[in-house]
Amino acid sequence: MSSVLYDTPGPRAKRRNALLSAVFLVLLGALVWWVWKTMDDKQQLKWALWQPFTTSEAWTTYLLPGLVNTLKAAALSMVIALPLGAVFGIARLSDHRWVRIVAGVVVEFFRAIPVLLLMLFANELYNRYTQVNSDDRPLYAVVTGLVLYNASVLAEVVRAGILALPKGQTEAAYAIGLRKGQTMTGILLPQAVTAMLPAIVSQLVVIVKDTALGGVMLGYAELLSERGTLAANYANVIASFIVVAAIYIVLNFALTSFAGWLEHRLRRSKRSTGAALGAEEVDELNAAKVGGTY
Amino acid sequence: MFDFLSGYDVLGAFWMTVKLTVLSAVGSLVWGTLLAGMRVSPVPMMRGFGTFYVNIVRNIPLTIIILFTSLGLADIFRVTLGASDFKVQGFRLAVLGLIAYTAAFVCEAIRSGINTVPVGQAEAARAIGLNFGQTLRLIVLPQAFRAVIGPLANVLIALTKNTTVAAAIGVAEAATLMKTMIENEAQTLAIGAVFALGFVILTLPVGLVLGWLGKRLAVKR
Repeated sequence: MSSVLYDTPGPRAKRRNALLSAVFLVLLGALVWWVWKTMDDKQQLKWALWQPFTTSEAWTTYLLPGLVNTLKAAALSMVIALPLGAVFGIARLSDHRWVRIVAGVVVEFFRAIPVLLLMLFANELYNRYTQVNSDDRPLYAVVTGLVLYNASVLAEVVRAGILALPKGQTEAAYAIGLRKGQTMTGILLPQAVTAMLPAIVSQLVVIVKDTALGGVMLGYAELLSERGTLAANYANVIASFIVVAAIYIVLNFALTSFAGWLEHRLRRSKRSTGAALGAEEVDELNAAKVGGTY
Repeated sequence: MFDFLSGYDVLGAFWMTVKLTVLSAVGSLVWGTLLAGMRVSPVPMMRGFGTFYVNIVRNIPLTIIILFTSLGLADIFRVTLGASDFKVQGFRLAVLGLIAYTAAFVCEAIRSGINTVPVGQAEAARAIGLNFGQTLRLIVLPQAFRAVIGPLANVLIALTKNTTVAAAIGVAEAATLMKTMIENEAQTLAIGAVFALGFVILTLPVGLVLGWLGKRLAVKR
């Protein structure tokens, strides 16, 4: 394979690469061995610490309820943030200047603020001004914080999704006599939703990762805070961290792979325009990009 | 009007946020560049390691990583990072966690920058007889650097916001102070506005300056 950095390797380069691979493998092996030995020295590899994960108790009492809460907060946030984001995204494409400006300011503002501050703020608002009982408050606060942040990111996703469609779609709609609103709801939005699907799934990864913040800072009983309860019970801090991290990795990797598969399918689909927004675009949108054009 | 601010060191807390951001930015730029170098190298083993690291780290919540530096590294493995007191140790652990996490995103930004350079550019360079070093120095990297500014600016802004996660291990930065203030003072809205404004002030210039620079330097294709 020829890349921008090097040509397809010949016999000498192949030998050199194999040698470098071997050297690197030895270094990696040394690193793994050192980590393993350190764990062993600190008594972290004892079967007693890992054994709980082979029993159903650890899973049914701690991990699965935690995972359910994580997924609940993530799903709720996504379901509420998506329509909100769609409204603001379309507002940013409006022909009326003041609608564009107001929507733009709101979206950029909530993208510039750390999601943790939004969660803390929401938590206090519910505490002072509403009758939400203290058991439910963490969930409300986590979802509110996530909705405020992710609606503004999804607004950009919606906007980018609509802008990704070929210009001919709008032109053809106008040509057959559709009005602005009809063009948006009948022609552009349905196609944009399809184009956005991979980006929406990628955003779910971001949401799932951010729920962990609510667990640590607000005491929402999601997977990461359940890890603390579990470790307090079995005294296996390191083992519980590794298992919980693995759960997150499997979950998010599945989401990422699904998003990639969707994107690939959309790009070569014969029936659509091939417009698709993938994870790359989402990474960009997750950073506040002030005054930037997409 | 702003008497609720008296008795709290808001500027000090934001200074801590800035320190966390700058140190983590430098560290993750170094480690992320190394990772990117591995991911684009012709050595299969290095490529595999780079890909593995990025995919693992990107799918773990930053909160776990930061929490692990404190509850795992410090408490169990006695990693103190040469800190004498507890506060300094928390700060250094948070920087370590932020570097480990952010480097994965820096790596991807740099790799995407290198990938924007058309293969034809390098092939043409090789065709006129430039060797590997010259191709890299004169043709590929100058173009890649320009393409990388925008994505790296995004990573830097995301990092600035992510420093708030250090509150999970008690580092005295903006989010920690906001939590304290919001619990003890009555002016919830005003406190929220002050801290929101602080982050807007931190991220806005970075976005504007680097965004403008990235657009200005971008190679028009």
